[in-house]
Amino acid sequence: MAECEKITVQERLKDAAKSLGIPRLIIFGFLALLFVAALFLKLDIASLFSNVLTRLGMNGILVLAMVPTMQVGMGPNFGLPLGITCGLVAATLAIELNLVGWTAFVFALGVAIPLGGLAGYAYGLLLNKLKGEEMTVGTYFGFSIVSLMSIFWAMAPYKSPEMIWPYGGSGLRVTISLAGRYDKILDKFMSFSIGGIVIPTGLLLFFALCCFLMWVFMRTRTGIAMTVVGNNARFAESIGLNVNKNRLLGSTISGALGAVGIIIYSQSYGFLQLYQAPLFMAFFAVGSILIGGASINHALIRHVVIGTFLFQALLVTSLPVANLLVSENLSEVIRIIISNGIILYALSRKEQGGEAK
Amino acid sequence: MSQCILELRNIVKEYFGNRVLKGVSLRLNEGEIHALIGENGAGKSTLMNILFGMPVIHNTGGYEGEIFFQGNHVEIKTPHDAMESGIGMVHQEFMLLPGFTITENIKLNRETTRANVASQVFGPSMRSLDMPAMEADARAALDRLGLSLDETLKVAGLPVGYMQFVEIARELDKKTTKILVLDEPTAVLTESEADTLLTTMERLAKSGIAILFITHRLGEVMRVADNITVLRDGEWVASMPKSEASIEKLAELMVGRSLENVAHHRDLSGQGVDTFVEIRDLRVEMPGEEVRGIDLDIRKGEILGIGGLAGQGKIGIANGVMGHYASSGTVRKEGKEIPLNNTPVALAAGMAFVSEDRRGVGLLLDQSIELNIAVPAMQSQRQFLTGGSLGLTDNKSMRAHALDMIQKLDIRCTGPEQLTRRLSGGNQQKVCIAKALTLHPNLLFVSEPTRGIDIGAKKIVLDLLVKLNREWGVTVVVTSSELAELRSICDRIAIIYEGKVEGILAPDASDRDFGVLLAGGLKAAEKEAS
Repeated sequence: MAECEKITVQERLKDAAKSLGIPRLIIFGFLALLFVAALFLKLDIASLFSNVLTRLGMNGILVLAMVPTMQVGMGPNFGLPLGITCGLVAATLAIELNLVGWTAFVFALGVAIPLGGLAGYAYGLLLNKLKGEEMTVGTYFGFSIVSLMSIFWAMAPYKSPEMIWPYGGSGLRVTISLAGRYDKILDKFMSFSIGGIVIPTGLLLFFALCCFLMWVFMRTRTGIAMTVVGNNARFAESIGLNVNKNRLLGSTISGALGAVGIIIYSQSYGFLQLYQAPLFMAFFAVGSILIGGASINHALIRHVVIGTFLFQALLVTSLPVANLLVSENLSEVIRIIISNGIILYALSRKEQGGEAK
Repeated sequence: MSQCILELRNIVKEYFGNRVLKGVSLRLNEGEIHALIGENGAGKSTLMNILFGMPVIHNTGGYEGEIFFQGNHVEIKTPHDAMESGIGMVHQEFMLLPGFTITENIKLNRETTRANVASQVFGPSMRSLDMPAMEADARAALDRLGLSLDETLKVAGLPVGYMQFVEIARELDKKTTKILVLDEPTAVLTESEADTLLTTMERLAKSGIAILFITHRLGEVMRVADNITVLRDGEWVASMPKSEASIEKLAELMVGRSLENVAHHRDLSGQGVDTFVEIRDLRVEMPGEEVRGIDLDIRKGEILGIGGLAGQGKIGIANGVMGHYASSGTVRKEGKEIPLNNTPVALAAGMAFVSEDRRGVGLLLDQSIELNIAVPAMQSQRQFLTGGSLGLTDNKSMRAHALDMIQKLDIRCTGPEQLTRRLSGGNQQKVCIAKALTLHPNLLFVSEPTRGIDIGAKKIVLDLLVKLNREWGVTVVVTSSELAELRSICDRIAIIYEGKVEGILAPDASDRDFGVLLAGGLKAAEKEAS
């Protein structure tokens, strides 16, 4: 009897490992190794854990923004900076109107969602004319939009002294503090700590809510239609679905999520970063979801959660370890090498076709 | 009797255990035009690929049998070997560089060159082109074809007929060319262009070149061929001089196969059966299967077959009616006009379509069987949904329906969750049919239902179509390249030629009648022959 149970437990573990995929097991193994190293190097493990949790909630929604475009067959949304800048516009607007606390936060979200959605829709119109080239076009479109918005930030007619350059003149600062506005408003909501590990309850709950809504949406008739379009556009047409409309819907949702994502990110970070800051954010998000096991046209919520966790955990733990082992002066260089290394690995790991059953 | 230049003896070719050539022999004499005829899949192209040493042959295990060239046993392993021994091939798809001039195309990789300073230092690859000499050669080759075309023109923008001639000129310019293989050369030509080509072929043959002429246009065969060989299902059927042949005889030889069963056949015409669907002047822009003005009536409750050779437009009909390709004309179903180019409306009108492109259009290969079956009905009829206006998928009813279909259609799988990619061709086809049935159609279009399916599964799929028709009362329109299959299940068979209905026959009509319609009709054939 006991033996029997043992086998089933073993089989269950095997099944779990199989559905997780070998690459993720390897990364988990590497991560465990890093933690052991961190222990030996006497790093503050509790703060490492808190850091990982915070960064999971902070980046999660930007990664979630990849799901609709991937499912609908446009590939990962390399044009994410478009949605991000929309979120930044909404966030700066909240400060300009001198809103504080929850009012500011909710206002920023309320503006960000329609603005990001609208921009995503327009972006979808462009991509519908460039089917098959979405990733390359998206990358350069993202770069262009960041540069274009840099001009906007420099010329925006904002008046709030918190945002314009301290010596006066026009244009916004590169980094705007959110202190006194909605700095860490979600992180601190119902936050508590166990054994030194701080749990950012509100942040994680919000991320979970977004994931749940997306999960439900992908199971509606519309969500299934999007999946069908992404799986096989000609099949979709043959059952009377409008491929372009579904693709537009995908990029609209992705744009809105990008805008929401940056507001969540910035409240946790405590600052709004303008100008060139959004330039490479798409790559982090794309790297995360791919490392989580998504393929270019097939992304699930669990890929988002696992991927964001792995990506951020690797970043958070490998940096201090590498700093101690190599040289403290090289921290910025190492950060770039590690983060781009993870992205490169993820892109090289992209799996074609769906998961085998 | 002129000398035998090429002899194929007992050629056998297998692709993955599937015998496509079963001991074909052929003799080609100097200065002779030898026509090789047969339906699609008769083995004509495979035979030519062997003769020309195409890599596809040797990558799949080579061939058995012997080839003799001017009495010597030869092994043709690469297209280069074939060229060396003097076999020139004019392909169905033009192998020309559009941005190059006619001369450059003719002389490509065989350029006449002159030494210069650079070539003295760096070797022969740096020699410069002798354009005047090349142009003179090209001129000579074109003259031989009786073509007054300027050899300095670019190929891009030439009429297709001329491209064909440039290809032939290229082969002629190779001084060693003794055999010219023309693979359906008139398929893309207009009538007058085809006429010029045939005249040219006769002239070339007189100058001593042997021509192997692959076609299915019997009129052309009767006009120019000296000898004729007929292939059917990879087997040599007959060889005869033209004097012994007639269009009817060739047609019969081309088609003739033993019919398996025609038991299903019913004659519905006498029973006052209503016209169910009326198709008038349907034109469909489907590349390679263009429909050019079809008038066709579908009777209620029948199984209508649509046959014809590849590229004649039979595949385009269902694709056009269902809105998969841009089309024009009128389609009336039970008196009500169905707008074209609108798939949702076509589906709502009770029509369903099982596409000929099973893996490309018919299936979501990376999704489960149950989702594949349910999704068309879910999207167009809101079946399998719960949660009111939110429209959440109802996994329970999807599962139940999939299990029901798996049982009814006998889909062999590990369960409704299996990915369709992992099913065999026959079972994939059953999923496609289940998917169409879930829409509860009263008219079902099925294209190439047995393509790529093994023999056992073929029968099951065909029986299934008959069962749908008889027991579920679905009117079925089957489009197929396999005439035998249509003749075994259909009540009537329409044959499509050049995008139009050439004629409608009962399945038990004679082989001769079918053959003649397939090859473009008796009248047209006679006109060409005269």
